[in-house]
Amino acid sequence: MTALDPVTLAVLKGRLEQIANEMDATLYRSAFNPIIAEAHDACHGLYHATTGDTLVQGTSGLPIFVGAMAFAVRAVIARVEAGAANDPGDTWIFNDPYDGGTHLNDMRLVRPVFRDGKLFCWLASVGHWLDVGGNVPGNFNAKATESFQEGFRIPPVKLVRKGEFQHDIVDILAANSRLPQSNWGDLNGQLNALDLGQQRLDALLDDYGVPTVEAALDAFSARAEALMRAEIAALPDGTFSFDDFLDNDGITDAPLRIALDLTVSGERMTLDFSRSAPPCQGPLNIAYSTAVACCYVALKHIFPHVPANAGVLRPITFVIPNTTLLGASAPKPVGGYTETILRVIDTVFGVFAQIAPQRANGSPYATINALSLAGHRDDGSRFVMFSFFGGGLGGNPESDGLNHGNNPISTATIPPAEILEAAYPVMFTQWALRPDSGGAGRHRGGCGAIYEIEALAESGADVFLLGERGKFPPFGVAGGGPAAMNRFVYDSAEGPTSPPMVTKITDIHIGQGQRVRLESPGGGGYGAPRDRDPDAVRRDVANGYVSPAEAERIYGLAREAAR
Amino acid sequence: MTARSAKAVVGVDVGGTFTDLFWFDEAQGSFRVAKVPSQRGDEATGFIAGLTTFGPVSELASIVHGTTVGTNALLERKGARVGVITTPGFRDVLEMRRRDRRQTWGLWGDFTPAASRQDRLEVPERTLADGTVRTAVDLDAARVAARRLAAQGCEALAIIFINAYANPANERAALLAASEVWPNAHIACSSAILPEIREFERASTTVLNATLQPVVGSYLERLEGALASDGFTGRFHIVQSNGGVMSTATARKLPIRTALSGPAAGVIAAAAIARAAGFPDIITGDLGGTSFDVSLIAGGQAALTAQSTIDFGMVIRTPMIEITTIGAGGGSIARVDAGGLLEVGPESAGSRPGPVCYGQGNDRPTLTDANLVLGRIDGGKPLGTLQSLDVAAAREAIRVKVAEPLGLDVMTAAEAIVKIANARMAGAIRLVSIERGHDPAKFLAMPFGGGGALHAGALIKEVGLRGALVPRFPGVTSALGCVIADIRHDGVQTVNLMLDGLDAEALDARMVETGSEARAIVADAGLSVERIDVLYELDMHYLGQTHTVAVPLRVTLAHDTTGISEAVIRAAFEAAYGAAFSRLLPGIPVRIVTLRTAAIGRRPDFDLRALAPSPDAKLEAASRGSRPVYLDGAWRESAIWSRLDLPVGARIEGPAMLEQSDATILLDPGLIATVDGLGNLVILRS
Repeated sequence: MTALDPVTLAVLKGRLEQIANEMDATLYRSAFNPIIAEAHDACHGLYHATTGDTLVQGTSGLPIFVGAMAFAVRAVIARVEAGAANDPGDTWIFNDPYDGGTHLNDMRLVRPVFRDGKLFCWLASVGHWLDVGGNVPGNFNAKATESFQEGFRIPPVKLVRKGEFQHDIVDILAANSRLPQSNWGDLNGQLNALDLGQQRLDALLDDYGVPTVEAALDAFSARAEALMRAEIAALPDGTFSFDDFLDNDGITDAPLRIALDLTVSGERMTLDFSRSAPPCQGPLNIAYSTAVACCYVALKHIFPHVPANAGVLRPITFVIPNTTLLGASAPKPVGGYTETILRVIDTVFGVFAQIAPQRANGSPYATINALSLAGHRDDGSRFVMFSFFGGGLGGNPESDGLNHGNNPISTATIPPAEILEAAYPVMFTQWALRPDSGGAGRHRGGCGAIYEIEALAESGADVFLLGERGKFPPFGVAGGGPAAMNRFVYDSAEGPTSPPMVTKITDIHIGQGQRVRLESPGGGGYGAPRDRDPDAVRRDVANGYVSPAEAERIYGLAREAAR
Repeated sequence: MTARSAKAVVGVDVGGTFTDLFWFDEAQGSFRVAKVPSQRGDEATGFIAGLTTFGPVSELASIVHGTTVGTNALLERKGARVGVITTPGFRDVLEMRRRDRRQTWGLWGDFTPAASRQDRLEVPERTLADGTVRTAVDLDAARVAARRLAAQGCEALAIIFINAYANPANERAALLAASEVWPNAHIACSSAILPEIREFERASTTVLNATLQPVVGSYLERLEGALASDGFTGRFHIVQSNGGVMSTATARKLPIRTALSGPAAGVIAAAAIARAAGFPDIITGDLGGTSFDVSLIAGGQAALTAQSTIDFGMVIRTPMIEITTIGAGGGSIARVDAGGLLEVGPESAGSRPGPVCYGQGNDRPTLTDANLVLGRIDGGKPLGTLQSLDVAAAREAIRVKVAEPLGLDVMTAAEAIVKIANARMAGAIRLVSIERGHDPAKFLAMPFGGGGALHAGALIKEVGLRGALVPRFPGVTSALGCVIADIRHDGVQTVNLMLDGLDAEALDARMVETGSEARAIVADAGLSVERIDVLYELDMHYLGQTHTVAVPLRVTLAHDTTGISEAVIRAAFEAAYGAAFSRLLPGIPVRIVTLRTAAIGRRPDFDLRALAPSPDAKLEAASRGSRPVYLDGAWRESAIWSRLDLPVGARIEGPAMLEQSDATILLDPGLIATVDGLGNLVILRS
């Protein structure tokens, strides 16, 4: 095939990205569930006909899905290769975390696109459904020891068969969820997105023809691969190691090691996680595909200009044995996967701080802090307030870390305090930055936050938390210091109390007028604190990001100078 | 044509490079246009210089101004230092934002809030979500805080209490107390600026408004002073981001409403032109030096958006004309990236140093350089303060930076730059049309600004648009918009009422109150209006959802009632929800979240026939010969026409260039342009 001219290539790049972006937009508009509609916990793209490789991805979807979707498509391809029929008008549905999924809430739809009787590519859609059964509403069960306690699991099955919608599948899904109506709305939104993607792709193929579009897709992957190879080639050869730890698995209070040995050899890299802890009893396991996907997220943050397609992963080898908690198989629970993938991403940041400090950032706060307050209002109606909370991002070569950002796996925003107070019988007594929480450094880590919540209902509230970074702080890089750790305190008869698992609790109750207080970590620092501009330290003290005492202890700023 | 008339109104649009003016005599239906250079930082000089081209300023009846002073102060972070007084525990709302970050990929970059942390103080007070005052505000503490902030050097004060949307009592009491000790008039509380739920958006809007108060206030003072010393005694008004006009008194209080003043005026004019031309569905494209602004007009109406983000973490929540901006303009730089792919923008050479052909020191080729090399811009004609353009330098820059790295010849490279820029503009048009469910095949592109019309033909093909409509004076569209914009005042109030068992009388009383307030502000503006319409819209949803749908109500304010009822609202909600989503959710309770009120003073219809070509115009007289233009890989001899000399009904086939002083229109092969009765150029496929 002849090489395409650069102009056609650039125009096709824009049009194909547009298709994926329009699929994203279609689902956000038509979803019923705010986790998709507002937090954009969803993703769409085009995938290679035979390999499932990511060809084109929407730019507004959730970062973690960008790497994960190819595995979802591969799960379907494996079914087809094993003999399942694959026809025009088919659409597959599944959420199996051990077969191309992430956690059970993430529902995937995969559709083949045929052209002239031949499979051209796959379109896929993933979105976070609000409830998929299991022991805990919303499915963040910190005490799950088997995936059966986390929700229902669906292997790849056909939702639409040659254009004929299989209502019995939907009936089964609906019977197993607390919120079938919300799921039904989201499912329709995902189907709308696939329909639109197919229409737009057909129009594009009409305009340019299959050979041209195929050549362009090959060229995009080759370009991403070339850029990635060039980036790797510029790194020094050798093996670099970084270990970090999860606090515990929620069942046994013992740290879980996440260990990365990264070898750079010419234009190739190997990421070896063999030294990591074995699969654990609680919900902190992840599957192989999820581990690869989060490495992809880490690399995209380090190399943001490399395009988002499968070419990025071609020069990279992964070693993730199924004897580790990063290569877990059914029915090991995976509901807390968000915490584990954040730690895996941190190890990649930690290794790059050694290989290429000019590209590194201090560890972000890296815990989602899934906190629920549940109970009954004074009128007897039930409430569940569920949210993820923010923290600081790491200092970096360019700037201090961002105060109160979102996690690297996400672009989701937090609901306003006023919305939460209007919807639930709670009152925030603090929604504030947390002083002295950013790691020290030439560029300081961003500040974490303090959220303090008072129960207003007569019957108080039950409290659930699934978090991390309570025992191992976000680290600094290039000489920067660590951030403050995650801290959770609740009022009890004995006064302010912290839970035994530090960051994971179920079944705690607070009474009316009692409070819970979450102090999230900041980000790690970048560079030696003594190299920080004294004026910046003075500004930090004036603004209360750093206390005078810490400014003196860490930065050597005399207290009178801070005035 | 004379400028002497007691009825003359002038629209003045002050842009970064030029100040455009549109003079119109309402009585005689006559008009004039002018364009003078803008003077950054001393906008009043260009403003007055432009006005005097029409004769004595003292003879003007009114002036309506579209300004970018507020926009620039926001973008360049040159607003005033603001102090904040707030609720205990909530000092950092402004800085914590909604827990976002700058970009999807890459974790670098930080954020500087519009009021620094040391200028944000807490005073004892607390209101609950249902409006109950749990702790009355400590007024002594409020005075102490205000004094301290003034002593620290703050020039404006914002009072922002949690849940103030539900009950503003604590905020108002604190405002009164702080006013006693605050040294100037730049002081406001959040419930007066935006009484709507969501503390970050309210805080951000209130603080950004406060940073602009001294800036816009002193700017208007300078202008009014200059006008007064020239003997101007008429009315002076400002265009708001919502496309309506407000008095300078309102602009001083709510300068945040000028954030998109200039572009909004352009869209208003575009909508009026589109309606009059009989093509009510258009997509406007304003191609400037660094950006391409796109706006969709469906059924003759511009879409309004409730909120807009000026920059990371700088949110303004006030109704604005929905304008999507991408970084593609005449100054956008073309480069070949490390992976060997040609990219155009978003990096821009702006208007200084500007494109290579301006000869002001830039050596990286831009979109304008490519258009020049391709013969689409006549380099021999003066442009603003430049006498001519340097074609050779533009060609050399394209050769070195684009053609050689890609192994192309210079002409192919220049054409590639234009094609990629077209593809990006087309992407922006698809986003505003398709993403909102509009079929582009029903829409015409309306290019305005200086450069847009060069690309209209390509956009028709690339997006599959029906055609293009080029206004008679594309370069002064925003100034024209100032003259024809209605007077408008918007209000918003979070109400949180369940629809089932609604106390319709209480809601009606509230609507009468907000409607009367808004109407009074419009009436006070003092411009002649035919009537004042009061419009209501509710933001509603099913209980449990956080997003809402906008529900326009077909009621109006008359005889101290709106005639609202539960049934009327339910029918309106179901119609709006059904249009937005596929199915209703019977049985789930419905909630009214927010009441939006708009009063619109309808200006007398502007008869666009005033702009039409002279009946004496003759096709032959408009011909300017021909010149070679590079199109689809080859030089083609293209007819050149003087656009303004074309008669009504003239029919031109592409390829052709239609030139006028403020714009050049490229008519690609396969397109036909016709001059309509208003002097617009209607471009359709042949």
